[in-house]
Amino acid sequence: MADEKKIGAYICTGCGIGDRLDAKQLEMTAQRDGKAQVVKTHEFLCSADGVKTIQDDIDNDGVNRVVICACSRRAKTDAFAFDGVTLSRANLREGVIWVRPDSDEAQETTQEMADDYVRMACAEAKYLDVPEPNENHGNNLRILVVGGGITGMTAALESARAGYDVLLVEKGPELGGWMRKLHKRIPDRAPFDEPMDTGIDDLVAAIEASDKITVALNSRIARTSGAPGQFSVDIATESGSTTTENVGAIIQATGFKLHDPAAFPEFGYGNADVITSAELEELASAADGGPIKRPSDGKEVKAVAFIQDVGQNSTEVGKLRYDSGAGDLVAIKQAMYFKHHNGDDCDTTIIYDNLRTPGTAGEDFYRSGQRKEVIFTKGAVSKVDAAGDTLKVSFHDKILDEDTEMEADLVVLDMGMIPVTGPDPYATLEIDTDDDEAEVVEEEEKEDGVEAENPVEVSVESILNLDYRQGTDLPQLKFGFLDSHFICFPYETRRTGIYAAGPVRRPMDIGQAIDDATGAALKAIQAAENAQVGRAAHPRSGDLSFPTFRKEGCTQCKRCTVECPFGAIDEDEEGYPQYNEGRCRRCGTCMGACPVRVISFKNYSVETIGQQLKAVDIPDEFDEKPRLMVLACENDAYPALDMAAMNRIEYSAFVRVIPVRCLGSVNTIWITDALNSGYDGIILMGCKKGDDYQCHFVKGSEIAHMRMSKIDDTLNQLNLEKERVATYEVEITDIERAPKLINDMAATIEEIGMSPFKF
Amino acid sequence: MSNTAMVKKYRNDFLREVEEKVEEGDWVRMCMQCGVCAGSCPLGDAWEHPPQEIFMMIRAGKREEVLGSDSMWMCTSCYNCIVRCPRELPITHIMHGLANYAHRLGLAPKANPTRRFAKIFWDNIATSGRVNELKLSLGLYFMDGFGNGIKKALAMKDVGLGLLKTGRLDPMGLFKAGGIKDKSGLQKALKKAREIEDTRKGY
Amino acid sequence: MATREYSFYPGCSSEKKTSASNYMVSVESMCKTLDVKLNEIPDWNCCGASIGYAEGGELPRTVMNARNLALAEEDSPGQDIVATCAACWLGTRESHERLGKDETLLNDTIESLKEAGINYEHKPEKNIRHMAEVLIEDIGYDEIGSHVSKPLEGVKIAGYVGCQTNRPFGIHGESYENPKYLDKLVETLGADPVEDYDQKVTCCGGALAFSEPEKSQNQIKKILESAYDFGAEMIVTPCPVCQMNVEVYQDQINKAHGTKFHIPVTYYSQLMTVAFGGNAKEAGLNGNIIKAKKLEEIAAK
Repeated sequence: MADEKKIGAYICTGCGIGDRLDAKQLEMTAQRDGKAQVVKTHEFLCSADGVKTIQDDIDNDGVNRVVICACSRRAKTDAFAFDGVTLSRANLREGVIWVRPDSDEAQETTQEMADDYVRMACAEAKYLDVPEPNENHGNNLRILVVGGGITGMTAALESARAGYDVLLVEKGPELGGWMRKLHKRIPDRAPFDEPMDTGIDDLVAAIEASDKITVALNSRIARTSGAPGQFSVDIATESGSTTTENVGAIIQATGFKLHDPAAFPEFGYGNADVITSAELEELASAADGGPIKRPSDGKEVKAVAFIQDVGQNSTEVGKLRYDSGAGDLVAIKQAMYFKHHNGDDCDTTIIYDNLRTPGTAGEDFYRSGQRKEVIFTKGAVSKVDAAGDTLKVSFHDKILDEDTEMEADLVVLDMGMIPVTGPDPYATLEIDTDDDEAEVVEEEEKEDGVEAENPVEVSVESILNLDYRQGTDLPQLKFGFLDSHFICFPYETRRTGIYAAGPVRRPMDIGQAIDDATGAALKAIQAAENAQVGRAAHPRSGDLSFPTFRKEGCTQCKRCTVECPFGAIDEDEEGYPQYNEGRCRRCGTCMGACPVRVISFKNYSVETIGQQLKAVDIPDEFDEKPRLMVLACENDAYPALDMAAMNRIEYSAFVRVIPVRCLGSVNTIWITDALNSGYDGIILMGCKKGDDYQCHFVKGSEIAHMRMSKIDDTLNQLNLEKERVATYEVEITDIERAPKLINDMAATIEEIGMSPFKF
Repeated sequence: MSNTAMVKKYRNDFLREVEEKVEEGDWVRMCMQCGVCAGSCPLGDAWEHPPQEIFMMIRAGKREEVLGSDSMWMCTSCYNCIVRCPRELPITHIMHGLANYAHRLGLAPKANPTRRFAKIFWDNIATSGRVNELKLSLGLYFMDGFGNGIKKALAMKDVGLGLLKTGRLDPMGLFKAGGIKDKSGLQKALKKAREIEDTRKGY
Repeated sequence: MATREYSFYPGCSSEKKTSASNYMVSVESMCKTLDVKLNEIPDWNCCGASIGYAEGGELPRTVMNARNLALAEEDSPGQDIVATCAACWLGTRESHERLGKDETLLNDTIESLKEAGINYEHKPEKNIRHMAEVLIEDIGYDEIGSHVSKPLEGVKIAGYVGCQTNRPFGIHGESYENPKYLDKLVETLGADPVEDYDQKVTCCGGALAFSEPEKSQNQIKKILESAYDFGAEMIVTPCPVCQMNVEVYQDQINKAHGTKFHIPVTYYSQLMTVAFGGNAKEAGLNGNIIKAKKLEEIAAK
């Protein structure tokens, strides 16, 4: 890197910028206020010629801080990609001309807006450094798979097929998990009309035949430490021996266990002829092609009732709040066992409330069941009693709205799936500081947790035994399942390089588990590969920057270690934060948390933002030109504003928008500085938080909202109205609302008046 | 098996009967109870049991309640349920089939006007081969006896007069032979068809 | 262009002095202009209509339609059968489809028809079509437009498609919920289609207009009300049952609900005949109980 910082500012006049703005004036601003040593204007900057102009200056003139004054930072990223220099973007197109009316009276304020964005980009440039890859990265590309069921086996095979070594650890004596116990499985291929063989033996054989897969049976994970690319894992066997293995990424596929049927005595579990769907699989296999016989007296079953969703989908104590989803297809499959082995005249009745038949197979398989005359009755079962030598199922028929009953030789209960996980680190985390922010985090977590309101028995034995400050196992998202977002980023957990797959992530059937395993394997490979070159994984994939801290300034307050959503920061022996760069997602939440502002990235720091907001020209109180600052999350809010611009939705000319990596990275010093500099209003726009959050860093937006809830004290101290600072959740689709929030703030300022802190 | 009557109805007997005897009856088992048919029917409010409920009643073995219901007789044959059913059940035809079956067994509601009109209509066309609109409407009006017939006919006299004046009703229709030439051939063919159907359905 | 020929199934309501006789008059005029020759099926019989189901089982109904199919093939071999009535079209096409799928039904039908001395031979390739299909698919809007000599300028017309022309078969390429062909046709004839008309596929009650008059008239009221609300001066329909039900009960509905409906209900063929330069008689306008004055004026020009 060049010793001296040399700013080159390049102003584009294409896309109408030149028609709407005074380019000469912008040049002057870049030169005089921005202190750019090189300033050039080009009529089509993203063209090959424009790009070459810049590259020439980098190559021949020593420009190493490039400032592009053109379109949004989200546009033309392929054209404006230069090695070895930093890049700042003044958003003159989406940020200025597209959101302002093309009129004479608007001209002055529009130009002021553009001038400020040029100043801000130059100010940022001064404080940016070119990031270099993390040197503490590991090189291990081996994938550890924990759990030898269908998910784990598939993840192992898929990783091996992609060319990666795999260590497959199974706590039991053989591979296969639940699938080994099944008589048949739900079909996975057209015409989706008959149960099919599980194919488990072929799968096990394929694993045994692979020279890339090592299997450890009767084994558990005694300790996991390190980071992507350099995990160190102790494998303990039942016999007591322990070996240490190194892996690059981990997939946890520990599956599920069934909810306890004995917890629902009304359904008569305990009577030999009332069984779970899992037990029916054994019964069907035992029949060995002959008719299925009931356990009590071996009589051939002529009528069977399937009771769906036992203890599921309920807020009652002891019941699962979710529906396991796969049980209805299982019931259809099992009803077909009876049609096949006990004859077409064997009555099979599935009593459901909400029938769910997901997946490719689902609907076709359901129809096939109907064709085979499986009877589907929408109803709520209240009781199963013994009646003579048969069973009486009492239920309310929900279509005909009447209480009724039926007799059956056998009753099959569809029990819910409970994930096999370790303890949730955030449900049990001991807070050893009196930091009230951290406590709030913990309480929020508890609300989501299963234990808090819904005391269903969950395993508390650790699975991974993570040697992390934040707890021994993967954080749970909802109802005890391991995930960080069911829709947007599946498999990702909040522990970088460790992925969840299969029913431990959400309830699912075999077909879905196989898909899941494949997806998680690819994620794991990606993480290990990224780690090898010192880059970030999801969601800032490829980012080379990572946080460092100035030890001499650190007060050991531990906020960064507590607030990091990904458990990336441990503490060293002296109590200072110990960064594990490989685990870091580069969101900057630690930077936002630090009260003494010692944490920074080379290209993202308290200064790079702080200098931008200070670079804005603040007109004096009597100019009647207020200044509003928007700190917008680059993931959703900033794109929403860009899209608003594409739709030519106008907003106030007094606003200056600064993109941030995540609202979690917002340090309150920026707010204080902005208020002190004379800004009249401040808006923070972050992603949706809470249960159905959309924050790309899971907790960043939530943490920011909590921090900002305390900003009132600062406003009080400054004797400012609390309406001057607002924090919003903005979704990427809020293309009309985001500009409206800005305009609302402008209206508020007009109402309450200008800030007195202008100089 | 010591099944009580209540339990027996859950043993599919009526469903089988419908599958074997009713036109398109083998589709009944394919209903998934979404209710789109009920919401799509122009006379939906007039149905005591909308189609999806009828299907459920069939599965639940409610034979008398289904066959004695006047619900199916509310069908206007608009085919909206057919084109909207996500399971592609020919609901209109099933309703017609159930109505026909109930009528043939003598279980359909005796007084239902659509049932009576439909019978008059069929007899009208099966005899002459073509519809005689005057005979048909008079037949309908007078089906409850002479007094009622006069009342109904009078209520409709403006409609009739309008058609008459515009040449769209034949006042002599009552006395004309009308219909197709080969009435006897058609009658024979229909008689044969009925015989075959009766044998097949075991009436 | 050579004369287009079809085997023609006019249906009961098209006969002289029946409810849709004016439909027939205008169809004949329209076909003359379009150079379409309709070969009436000799001694055709009723299709059974939908309402026949109560007494007539599947087989008797099929036999009735098969008789027509056989007579049509004998008289005009290889020609498509065209019906002007929705029920006729539906009944014939439905029976034809079932005969192709169900061998027992086919054999029973053949056996029954032998009694009438008819030898039914199933022709899977036989097309049974509605006149609207012929207009749209065989002739096309452009050719129809080329015959327009008196554009129906300034007349706002709601296209009421109804049920059985639309469902379950419908016109190829049109949706069940919002078919547009009548609007396009109205536009082709120089009139203004009421495109927002939202009851265009609502059921008029069909045969239940006789047996359940109150329920059916509620339907008809909806159909009329929407036409009024969207500013229609006239309703056009391709179906004789729709035409009759929506036209003749307006007075009764007015009496029952205190409304003042008085809107002409015409056939597409009447619009076309007038637009092609035909006079009121050729267009069967004398058959409309509620006079289509605007059409009469244009026809008289």
